[in-house]
Amino acid sequence: MKTLIELFLIFAKVGLFTVGGGYAMIPLITQEIVQRSWLTLEGVIDIIAISEMTPGPFAINSATFIGVRQMGLIGGASSTLGVVMPSFIIVVFIAKYFTKFKDHPVVKSVLSGLRPAVIGLITSSAFMIAKKAFIGEGAGSLLASINWKSLIIFALALAGILKLKIHPAILIILCGVLGVILFAWL
Amino acid sequence: MESSTLKKSLKLFTVFFKIGAFTFGGGLAMIPYIEREIVDKHKWIKSEDIIDIFAIAQSVPGVIAVNSSVFVGYRVAGLLGAFSATLGVVLPSYIIISIIALFLYNFKEYPYVTEAFYGIQAGVAALMCHVVFKLGKSGIKNGYALILAIAAFLAVTFFGIPAIPVLLTAGVLGLVVMTINGRKNKGEENR
Repeated sequence: MKTLIELFLIFAKVGLFTVGGGYAMIPLITQEIVQRSWLTLEGVIDIIAISEMTPGPFAINSATFIGVRQMGLIGGASSTLGVVMPSFIIVVFIAKYFTKFKDHPVVKSVLSGLRPAVIGLITSSAFMIAKKAFIGEGAGSLLASINWKSLIIFALALAGILKLKIHPAILIILCGVLGVILFAWL
Repeated sequence: MESSTLKKSLKLFTVFFKIGAFTFGGGLAMIPYIEREIVDKHKWIKSEDIIDIFAIAQSVPGVIAVNSSVFVGYRVAGLLGAFSATLGVVLPSYIIISIIALFLYNFKEYPYVTEAFYGIQAGVAALMCHVVFKLGKSGIKNGYALILAIAAFLAVTFFGIPAIPVLLTAGVLGLVVMTINGRKNKGEENR
């Protein structure tokens, strides 16, 4: 029971004190978890790798993982609930009042600056993902390290989105299959 | 309780379950799904409003994916909607990660997992590029906005500046620019 509450509280703290989401949470999670020797540093790196290769937000994945490893399914539920709770309360509160204030001149002005910046951030995220997908870690010139197989999948996927309007979920499955065909069998 | 709220909440749960089950690559990577399901298919929220929601989701504490799910859910169907969307987006992670943590700790070493992941990464890149163009078209309407978007992109991508200071600066800039413009317009009216 003590661990269960501890799991909840630790991840509530992680949820409450990290702004910017995802990898911004790693330092706090690492600090809390390694300190309690629930997991070694290698364990944390493992979770990051597993989180990248599975769907879902990083913070949820690591909360669930650590919780389940500590106390099984209930532990996982407790830590996941913990990491979600602050978000839920804060955002419900904001959403409730946002509709009221969104036409206020000050809010409008701030949003007029935020909107383009968010598009810039989304572009940055797209750029990072594309870079990771296309450029191998091998040394040498940029051209030599480009992963052509990934580029082919990217082009096919883009064509599928634009011409066939494939649903994103179907697209992900197809790309996974294409990955196995191109990388494992060819 | 209105039956339409209940219906919408159930729908929100299934939509966000799908989003949780197929989003690779962090909170912002869920935008293509939200565009497709919430904006295009159900027409619950307008595309411009989605940008506002993600602006707020990034500026407040917590997981971006959860923040935006709560916000979208609340806008569509109130508190029950927020709850359904959140449960939906979290549940797939919980199920998948529990299975991995309990039974498949070494799943990375299973055959084809890495190869499939390479393919998925390229697919996510395509989804994200598409959504950047789509949002750019609806969200950037003048040179000032374009410069701000490019500046934010460069700051985060190449100078490693965290998202929060970038958003703060952009918000203040928006306030300053709009105030100056407002004054100018007023001055011209008075003349």
